[in-house]
Amino acid sequence: MNNKLYGNLIFELSKAGRKGYSLPQNPYQHTTSELPNALCRQQEAQLPECDEMTVVRHYTNLSHNNFGVNDGFYPLGSCTMKYNPIINEEIAAMKMFTGLHPLQPAETCQHALELYFRLQESLAELTGLSEFTLNPCAGAHGELTGLMVIRAYHASRGDYQRTKVIIPDSAHGTNPASAAVCGLEIVEVKSQADGTVDFDDLKRLVDLEGPNIAAMMMTNPNTLGIFEHAIPEITKLVHDAGGLMYYDGANLNPMLGACRPGDMGFDVMHINLHKTFSTPHGGGGPGSGPVGVRAGLEPFLPTPRVVFRDDMFRVETTNPQSLGSIGAFFGNFGVMVKAYVYILSLGREQIKMVGPLATLNANYIKESLKDVYELPIEGLCKHEFVFDGLKDKSTGVTTMDVAKRLLDYGYHAPTIYFPLLFHESLMIEPTENESKDTIDGFIQVMRQIAEEAKNDPELVKTAPHTTPIGRVDDVLAAKHPIVTYKQMINDAN
Amino acid sequence: MYKYFPHTDDDLHQMLERVGVDSLDALYADIPEAVRFRKEYNLPEALSEMEIRRLFDTLENYTIGGPLTVFAGAGIYDHYAPSVVQNIIQRSEFLTSYTPYQAEISQGTLHYIFEYQSMMAELTGMDISNASMYDGATATAEAVMMAFANAKKADTVLVSATIDPKVRRVVDTYAKYHGIKIETIPMKDGVIELSTLNSQLSTIEGGVAGVVVQQPNYYGIVEDFTGFADAIHEQKALFIINSIAADLAVLKTPAEWGADIAVGDGQSLGIPMSFGGPGVGYMCCTEKLIRKMPGRIVGMTKDNRDQRAFVLTLQAREQHIRRQKATSNICSNQSLMALYVTIYLSVMGRQGLRDAAELSYGGAHYLCEQLEQTGYFKLKYQQPFFNEFCVTYDGDVDKLLAECADAGFMAGIKIDDHTIMLAVTEQRTKEEIDELVETIKQIREDAA
Repeated sequence: MNNKLYGNLIFELSKAGRKGYSLPQNPYQHTTSELPNALCRQQEAQLPECDEMTVVRHYTNLSHNNFGVNDGFYPLGSCTMKYNPIINEEIAAMKMFTGLHPLQPAETCQHALELYFRLQESLAELTGLSEFTLNPCAGAHGELTGLMVIRAYHASRGDYQRTKVIIPDSAHGTNPASAAVCGLEIVEVKSQADGTVDFDDLKRLVDLEGPNIAAMMMTNPNTLGIFEHAIPEITKLVHDAGGLMYYDGANLNPMLGACRPGDMGFDVMHINLHKTFSTPHGGGGPGSGPVGVRAGLEPFLPTPRVVFRDDMFRVETTNPQSLGSIGAFFGNFGVMVKAYVYILSLGREQIKMVGPLATLNANYIKESLKDVYELPIEGLCKHEFVFDGLKDKSTGVTTMDVAKRLLDYGYHAPTIYFPLLFHESLMIEPTENESKDTIDGFIQVMRQIAEEAKNDPELVKTAPHTTPIGRVDDVLAAKHPIVTYKQMINDAN
Repeated sequence: MYKYFPHTDDDLHQMLERVGVDSLDALYADIPEAVRFRKEYNLPEALSEMEIRRLFDTLENYTIGGPLTVFAGAGIYDHYAPSVVQNIIQRSEFLTSYTPYQAEISQGTLHYIFEYQSMMAELTGMDISNASMYDGATATAEAVMMAFANAKKADTVLVSATIDPKVRRVVDTYAKYHGIKIETIPMKDGVIELSTLNSQLSTIEGGVAGVVVQQPNYYGIVEDFTGFADAIHEQKALFIINSIAADLAVLKTPAEWGADIAVGDGQSLGIPMSFGGPGVGYMCCTEKLIRKMPGRIVGMTKDNRDQRAFVLTLQAREQHIRRQKATSNICSNQSLMALYVTIYLSVMGRQGLRDAAELSYGGAHYLCEQLEQTGYFKLKYQQPFFNEFCVTYDGDVDKLLAECADAGFMAGIKIDDHTIMLAVTEQRTKEEIDELVETIKQIREDAA
């Protein structure tokens, strides 16, 4: 990829008089000039004027500056960058799905409603919960929805006192953020040395806050990739105090074939279809964050609901106990089609292999590198684990440097500086789709980088060297934000 | 092994050995037996790719009556999706990447998000845009929370009675749990009036944090917001306008109306209806509010080789940093759909967007005339409209819509027992409009 030729903004390729579209002849008498001038825009939108090939070349070349799962190993911890099967894309692109209006009569879209319904059922089976809604558009959206379910449940019993939610200090930042947006107060429970929830601290909090506790949010395995083995006792403790257990499904992947959140005692959860169910991350969306609940909590799920009644799939738009609506329609339906095709492809047998193989891959990397990278917590991990930087930190090479050097070798970097429990967190998640050969290559490069850090630290500290751009100036971007072309032009003048 | 799992028996053996366990099952030895799943999933057997394709091919025939010719909107419109756009967004470098955390190998994504932000700022006239939201409804709810966070004390947000009731429901849900009071600005003859707004602004106890209106409104009417911005700003409240993105090619922009925040659905920018999603929500605002805006933002900077580069910026605003102090929990945007919009606007440009808008406008007004000429329908509101409008019908609305569906038309949305709302896009031909009108005439004649 040649940045000098193709690094332009589309606006910089624009020339007045060019066009990249064709439309049918306009056969109508009426034109927008009939609208009162006071209701029309006075200043023209400065959109690019480009011919079709210029546009195609521009975006094709931009794509060359990107790195996806199809390009190489993407061990981004907590993000489950698994393979996105091609057949999923093909089915989701069928006109019978893309051409549907969300408000068309149920009789004319039974196939879509049935798919939505079957996916709800499949997710319930895989998680051991009772009912699902697929309406949330992303994991964070699902979290918020799930917490709303919990608040609606407590409110239905006239229990308005429960406004606190217990969250481990190792949790994804989104957990406390979702709770805050949902109007809940956060109570943080400590982790112990092995990375799991400190049960004594939890007990203390439950004793202290008992009748105020709406729920406890947990990820299991947690953000360190460690299974919270005390989960039966934790759920009992919280349930006995009248709180509900919320499962953050971000780390559901290693549980496929091994363990179900419902069986662990969770009452409400969300799933990231773009993690566990193979739908593409799309550069940061569209995702999908279905929410599941234990029997008895269904009435609180958001509307619209897809149900099967009187021999037909139907859309229910009203329900007095429902928490309300969290989106205009049914969520990201196109994403659901992909997830459903994935489940159909794997079937009941193969889907059981997902968790074990993802877990094997992670443990294999951990065991192969723990002599050169600092492993703060020994023992079995699940789908991911965290190193606390290099073992030998004497040359000052940081986790950031290691991450950037990996880019030179053609790998995406792991998640860095999360979780916040360690200073030099390097969180690695390989997924079940990676072969031993790929992983061995990665291990070899990680060892090589550790060597470089010792013998030629500057090389690592100044990495990356082979990427289209070098390290960027984050401070400049934040201090003097330029976020549009218009601002860029004004700034230059 | 299955085609998505590359492990040979030999690989498994060697890997287990290094980990120091003797079976895959032993990898879960740390999990209490009581919570292990030892049963079979009650799911279907695996299907081969061929069987999957056959399954969905036969489904295609199964849909009763086949696809409908859509004359309905109410938030989702049947616009044309150019081949170029459909093709490029499938490029796996875009499709299979994640949030551009590593700027050095994510310039593709960062670069197009910068372009997307620039284009949405142009379309709305606003200073800045974020990297996109889930949809127009949640973007509106986020704008309401932003206004609430921006206000010193005020805890009420006024919402026009003419906004899409689906958007209103989402706003109500978010507001309820977030502790924001929502009051309705009542409508008269399909629009809201400055005098009503003024009296509400001055009488609401505790003060008003924001005002939300929609343009064109739910009923398709282009409203006149003259004087709104001054009245709202006098109360130190934020003016939030929800617009259908494509219509801004022609209509006065949120910035020209004096809005502080512009939000809405971007689906009208050539994104397939897809049963309601994925589409994309947009959010733009004034420069002053940039540090209060939710969602990702891409900014321009330089790399250490002195090249222009793009990067996720102002992350201190974001949920993963602010944790319990966050006023929004959004992480991902609808990035791929933002790319969709960016490419769409690149091929359409200013003129293409206008030309498409003219087709939609012309077709809608032609359909309205034709319906009125049948004698069964009357335009409900004597107000300017864009490509969507309400008509009163002198018969049974449910029956008419059902019979039209049997004939292959989605002939609008039922508003009440006497009112239907119809929409026309550039994708509807004049012939299709004539066919719909003929079909309705036939239905009435057959019934007579």
